[in-house]
Amino acid sequence: MSGYTFRAIRIDLSTRTVEIVPTPEMLCEEYLGGRGFGVALLSDAITHSWNASEMPLVFATGPLVGTAAPTSGRMSVVSRSPLTGTIFDCSVGGRFGTMLKRAGYDYLEIVGTADRLVALEIDGDAVTILSAGELRGRTVSEAAAGYDSSWSTAVIGPAGELRVRYASIMIDGHYSAGRGGLGAVMGAKNLKLIAIRGGGTVTVADPAMLATARDAIMRLLRTSQAVFGEFGLAEFGTAALVDLMHARRMEPTENFRKTLFPQAGAYSGYAMRVRFNPKKTGCAGCPVLCKKIGEGRAIIPEYETVSHFGALNANSDLDTIIEANRLCNDLGLDTISAASTIACYAELEGRTVPPAVILQILCEIAMREPGRGDALAEGSLRYAASQGHPEASMSVKGLELPAYDPRGAYGMALAYATSNRGGCHLRAYPVSHEILRRPVATDRFSFEGKARIVRIAEDMNAVVDSLTACKFVFFAVSLEEYAKALSAVTGRDHDAQSLFRVGERIWNAERALNRANGFTVMDDDLPQRFFREEGSSGARVSILPIDRKAFLAARANYYRIRGYAEELASHEETR
Amino acid sequence: MERVIRKYIGKIEAQGLACRNDLLFLARDADIYASRPAVGSEQELFGVLEGMNCSALLFARLAEPYRSILDEVVLRDDIVAESGCLFPRDAETRTFLHDIPVVDSFSADAIRSALARRKTAIIRNHGIVTYGGVTPEQAFIFFSSACFTTFVKYFSDTLRGAQQGALSAGAIAGFCRIWQETERVCSVKGMPLLHAGIPADEDAVCAMMAEAGRAVVEAHLVDSCFGNISYGTDDTIFISQTGSSLDELDGCIDAVPLAGTSSVGITASSELTAHRRILEGTGLNAILHGHPRFSVIMSMDCERSGCDRERCYKACPESRSVAGIPIVSGEIGTGPTALLHTVPEALRHSPGVIVYGHGVFTAGRDDFREAFAALQRIERTCMDTYRTKLSALGVH
Repeated sequence: MSGYTFRAIRIDLSTRTVEIVPTPEMLCEEYLGGRGFGVALLSDAITHSWNASEMPLVFATGPLVGTAAPTSGRMSVVSRSPLTGTIFDCSVGGRFGTMLKRAGYDYLEIVGTADRLVALEIDGDAVTILSAGELRGRTVSEAAAGYDSSWSTAVIGPAGELRVRYASIMIDGHYSAGRGGLGAVMGAKNLKLIAIRGGGTVTVADPAMLATARDAIMRLLRTSQAVFGEFGLAEFGTAALVDLMHARRMEPTENFRKTLFPQAGAYSGYAMRVRFNPKKTGCAGCPVLCKKIGEGRAIIPEYETVSHFGALNANSDLDTIIEANRLCNDLGLDTISAASTIACYAELEGRTVPPAVILQILCEIAMREPGRGDALAEGSLRYAASQGHPEASMSVKGLELPAYDPRGAYGMALAYATSNRGGCHLRAYPVSHEILRRPVATDRFSFEGKARIVRIAEDMNAVVDSLTACKFVFFAVSLEEYAKALSAVTGRDHDAQSLFRVGERIWNAERALNRANGFTVMDDDLPQRFFREEGSSGARVSILPIDRKAFLAARANYYRIRGYAEELASHEETR
Repeated sequence: MERVIRKYIGKIEAQGLACRNDLLFLARDADIYASRPAVGSEQELFGVLEGMNCSALLFARLAEPYRSILDEVVLRDDIVAESGCLFPRDAETRTFLHDIPVVDSFSADAIRSALARRKTAIIRNHGIVTYGGVTPEQAFIFFSSACFTTFVKYFSDTLRGAQQGALSAGAIAGFCRIWQETERVCSVKGMPLLHAGIPADEDAVCAMMAEAGRAVVEAHLVDSCFGNISYGTDDTIFISQTGSSLDELDGCIDAVPLAGTSSVGITASSELTAHRRILEGTGLNAILHGHPRFSVIMSMDCERSGCDRERCYKACPESRSVAGIPIVSGEIGTGPTALLHTVPEALRHSPGVIVYGHGVFTAGRDDFREAFAALQRIERTCMDTYRTKLSALGVH
C-alpha cells in the first residue's frame, strides 16, 4: 500500500527514549490516519488523566499528505482534553503534517513527562530531545525564532506551560491546534516546542489516476461560490461569514443573550480587506489559500475569532480584535474559548468589558495571574460554576460554543449536543447546508431529517479529518471524489461508502472512549438559555427559543440511528 | 418526510420524467418513509438503503421518450459494453456526475456497489436509481440530471452517427419513434404573461424574478436546481442563491452590493461573477440562464477534425455559432477557463449565447420578457436546426 511511510516515532519523555516503530497496516486500513490514528492510539490510555505521564499526545498525518491531492497538507493533534475530559482532536494546517511525512513518519506519539522543559527536533532520521529551559515563559514567536523557513514548528506559549485549560499548540506561528487545551497537555509533558523538517517524497500508486481525481475535485471547487467565488473563502478567508451570519441574525452577541450585533460591519471581511489589504496564504498543498495576512504582517482572524472578540463581547473595535487574535496566537490560547470565557465573565459581572481590558484579561489568563486570570484560565464552565452560575457558560461538555447561534440553525443545535468533543461546529458542520446551501440547502428552522443528516456528516468529517483533508473543500466535493484520490494514492480500492464505514468506526470509538470516562446522554445537551430565551428577531426573521420537545425528539432519533438507543433508555430508567 | 417526497414526485411528474406509480422514493430519518409499497424486485431497494450511509433513494422507470432514449443509449454505446459506464460529454455530467455506471441486474448488491462510487446509476432495462447523501432533494437532482444528460447524449450521438453514416436501420427506426414523443414533450410553448417594466422596489424585483424563474421551469428550459437568474439595479445585483430551484425562488434571492461592500453573496449562484460582468458590460439588467436541451445538443455539434475534444468545453479557439447564435466555451464557476470570461463579451453583441455543452444565457433591459423570449427562441431554433440537419442526412 502506498501513501504511508509505515514508520512512526514513539517518544517517552520520562525516559528520554526515542523509538522508530512500524505503522501497523491494520491501523491504516481501519483508521486511515490523522484523527483516526489518534483515536486508536489513545484507546488504551484514555482513562488516565489528561496530565498523566501515560497520556499520549499524538501528531498524525493522513495518507494524502504530501501528495497532489488538494488540501492534503493537514494533520491531527489528538489527546484527552483538559477542558472537556473527552477524547479530543484538532485538525490543523500549516506545514507540520507535510514535514512529518517528508521526514519519513506517519505519526508522532509522545508519552511521559520530561523532568525539565525540553524541545524536540526531528530532522529526517535524526530525532533529538533538547533542553529548553531558556524558552520558559517565551511567547510562541519568541520560542520559534531560532528556526528558519526550512523547518515547521509546533509550539506552546506561556498558557500551555501554565496549563491553561484551553491552551493551544501553534503550528508555524499562526495555524492553531486551538480547541480543547491540547497545549496544556504538551505543557504537562514539559515539552515547549517541536521542530521538524524532511525532504523525502510520498509514493503514489497511480499518479495518472490521482491527476484525474484532482481535476474532478478542482472542477467542483471552482463551482463553489463559498470557496472560490468573489465573496468566498479564497478571497476573504472565513471572515466572509461575518456579513452572512449577521444577515441570518445568528451571530452570538453578549454571551448569546442576543443574536445580532448592529456594529458587526466594523469587522466584516470587507472592512478588514479595506483596512489591511491582505494577501492570500495557506496550508501546504492547498489551492484555496484561505489564510489572510495583511499589511504590517497583521494576521486576519478567522470568523469565529472576530465574531467572539466582537459581537460576543459587544466590541466593535477592529484594532482590539486583531490584537486579541495576535495575543492569543502568541500566548498560546484558543481564541473561541478565551473570548467566550471573557463574555461569560462579563455577564456574571453585569457589565461590558472595555476593549483594552479584554487584552489585559487575555494576558492575565495566559500567565495565570492570581485572581481573575487564574479563575478564567479554567474555562467558562468551571469559572461560572465557581461563581454559582454554571448556566452562564455557553458550552457543551465544557467546550465553549463557536459563533453560530443554535437558535438560528437547528441542525447545528443537535450537532453541538452530540459532538464527541463538546460544543464544536466542525464535527457535523450543519452550517454548510443550513446556511451556505452546500451540498444542498436545508430548512434551518426545522429538525426534520436532521438526526440522519448530522449522523452522516459526523461520519464524513471523521473521514475528512483522518485523510487528512480540509472540511472547506467539502462545501463542493464529496467522499466520492476523495475516494478516487485515496485509491490512486494507496493503490487500494476505496469508495464513498467504504470510507463512511471507517468514519462510523472512528466516531463510535470516540463515543466509547468518552463513555469509559463517564460521559452519558446527560452530556449531550445545550445550555438552557437556548430553550428559554428568544434571540434577536426582526427583518422578517424570528429567532425563537428552540422547542425543547422537538430537540429531544431529534436527539432520540439520532440515538436510534446511531444504535445508542439503549444508552438513552438506561439513562431514563436511572432517572 | 412525506411532504418533501410528495413535492419532488410532483416535480418529476411535471417534468414528464416518470409517473408516480413507476417510481419508488425512499427517505429516512430514524424511520423509513416509502412513497408507495415496493413491488417485486423493488424490494431490493430497501437492501440498498440499508447498506448505505445516506438519507434517500430514488428509483424510477422513465416515461416516454426518456425510457426509450435510455434503452437506446445503453444498447448502442460501445463504451458501456467495455467499461460498464456511460460517459456523457455535457457540463453537468463532467462536473457533477463524472460518469454513470450501468448495472445489469436489479439486485441490492449490484446497485449498492454502483452507488458507492457514483451518485446515480442506470439499471439496464429498468430505469435510473439515485440517492440523496444529505437530503431527498439530492436524489431528485441527480435523477433529473441523469435524465437530462442521457437525453443530450442520445441526440448528440445520433447526429454524429448520421454525420458519419454509421446509424443502423434499427437506430434510425428507433430515432423516428423517439422523435415523435420528443416533439410532444419538448415543443416550445407560447410566451407566458410576465411582468412588464422596471420593478418599483426590492420586493417587486424579487417577485418579478420568482415569476420569470417559474416560467423558465414550466417551459422546460431548465431542470431541477440548475440555471440561475439575476436583476441589476443601480447599486445591487439580485441573484438566485446557489442550489436554488428557479420555480422556488421566494426567500432564495441574494441582494449583493455591486461595490462589493458585503460578502452576503457567498451564498449566491456560482455564476454570480458572470452575471455581474454581463450587467456591467452590457447595461442589460435582466439576465436568465437555462439549460434548454437542444441548445446544449447543438452546441456540441462540431465536425471539425484534429481537435483535442477534451478541451472543447473550456478552450475552443474557433468562433462558432448555430443559426447566428454564438457558441462559446467556458466552465461553470470560476477559474481561468470559466464562462465568466467568455459569456459577458458574447452577450454584448447578441441577445443570447450558448455555452458549449452547458446552457444558454440571455439578457434584457428592464424586465424578463426579452430575455425569456430569447431563451425560448434559441431553443426553438436549435431544435429546428437539429431536425433539419438530420433530415438532410437522410434520417427522417
